[in-house]
Amino acid sequence: MIDKFFSSAMHALADVQDGATVLVSGFGLAGQPIELLDALCEQGARDLTVVCNNSGSHDTGLARLIRLGRVRKLIASYPRGAEMGAFEAAYSEGRIEYECVPQGTLAERLRAGGAGLGGFLTPTGYGTELAAGKETRVIDGKGYVFEKPLRGDFALVKALAADRWGNLVYRKAARNFGPPMCMAASVAVVQVGEKRALGTMDPEAIVTPGIFVKRVVQIEAAPVQQELAA
Amino acid sequence: MSRRRTREQMAEALARDIPDGSYVNLGIGMPVMVLPYWRLEQEIVVHSENGILGMRSLAAGEPIDPEMMNAAKKPVALIDGGSFFHHADSFAMMRGGHLDYCVLGGYQVSARGDLANWSLGLPGVAAAVGGAMDLVVGARHVYVLMEHTTREGLPRIVRQCSLPLTGAACVRRVYTDLATLAFVDGRVEVLDMVPGLTSEALQALTDAPLTFAQAGPAA
Repeated sequence: MIDKFFSSAMHALADVQDGATVLVSGFGLAGQPIELLDALCEQGARDLTVVCNNSGSHDTGLARLIRLGRVRKLIASYPRGAEMGAFEAAYSEGRIEYECVPQGTLAERLRAGGAGLGGFLTPTGYGTELAAGKETRVIDGKGYVFEKPLRGDFALVKALAADRWGNLVYRKAARNFGPPMCMAASVAVVQVGEKRALGTMDPEAIVTPGIFVKRVVQIEAAPVQQELAA
Repeated sequence: MSRRRTREQMAEALARDIPDGSYVNLGIGMPVMVLPYWRLEQEIVVHSENGILGMRSLAAGEPIDPEMMNAAKKPVALIDGGSFFHHADSFAMMRGGHLDYCVLGGYQVSARGDLANWSLGLPGVAAAVGGAMDLVVGARHVYVLMEHTTREGLPRIVRQCSLPLTGAACVRRVYTDLATLAFVDGRVEVLDMVPGLTSEALQALTDAPLTFAQAGPAA
């Protein structure tokens, strides 16, 4: 019998090694797996490379992980905004490396990583400093930049509901990076608010098929606070 | 002295120029201020990079849903016919040429339509690009909303951008507090100006050479 549910976030993250690459879903607070990140803070793994669109806010989730000094490098598109002080402080003091990736390139690098592709050519960033040092090519008169796939040892993702096979549905704009990150990780760990019985999820409406998910934890997440930060 | 357009008036002027039925992305900053100026009957389908097609402004007193935010992480709602999708699909909509318009903020725009809007090039500061570079290569019309000059009074519409580029030769129009400008084949055509402003006064606040054949009063 396949049952991907773990009893707790700590159990689901027990084998995250120092130096691991961890993909973290979310756009601002929507879809950010705060409780999994809190468990990773407790678990203690360090020297992590984290891939996330933003850098966490206030002193929860990813911001807390950064403040604790566990993140060696952040790969992100927009680690800026009010309440994102943890990353900004670490960066200005030289305690964290940062790779800035255009948001669509970040999503597509993850998708390519999960889809077994060796990279792709994108017009995004052509002729800008974010293309510096990268291979470029002109096809039919249009310039493209070669971008490599991006994979993670783990993905930490938040979804609305899962069955024991790890089939997922998300809620509204909290879906964001969840599906490509589940695909791109060796071990995708998903926190969900609801557990559904196998066979009760509409197969036409499953967004992430369970094949991309290794572990699920049911967490009664605290209501997401409205993020007033721009 | 002429009266400058307020930020709201700039947003409203841009909103008026978008045809009904268009697919439009609104970036963070001033662009998201455009949203309230469209009526639902216009069926302008607004895209948000975080996986929403068909967003509208919240009505007064309408409850806030933390998982229903725009690109600036401010609360919005979904219209009938709206949909959600993941980030890889959201950016396929941009790069794939499926959006009719995108509206971005700007630091500088050059005469040939280069846009600089993501980095001030300051040492020790982590520049954040977000989705801007994907939008400028993909949307069919790139419109920019920005003040005509910097706080120090320096021109933002320049012969050549001094700041790091977001994209080359991509901007079609700029809406400022003083004028609306079209970027056509390396020329900057003034489409309208605020009342009381002379061509000479506008040129004096603009580094790039302007042409005035199309110019009318700003609505």
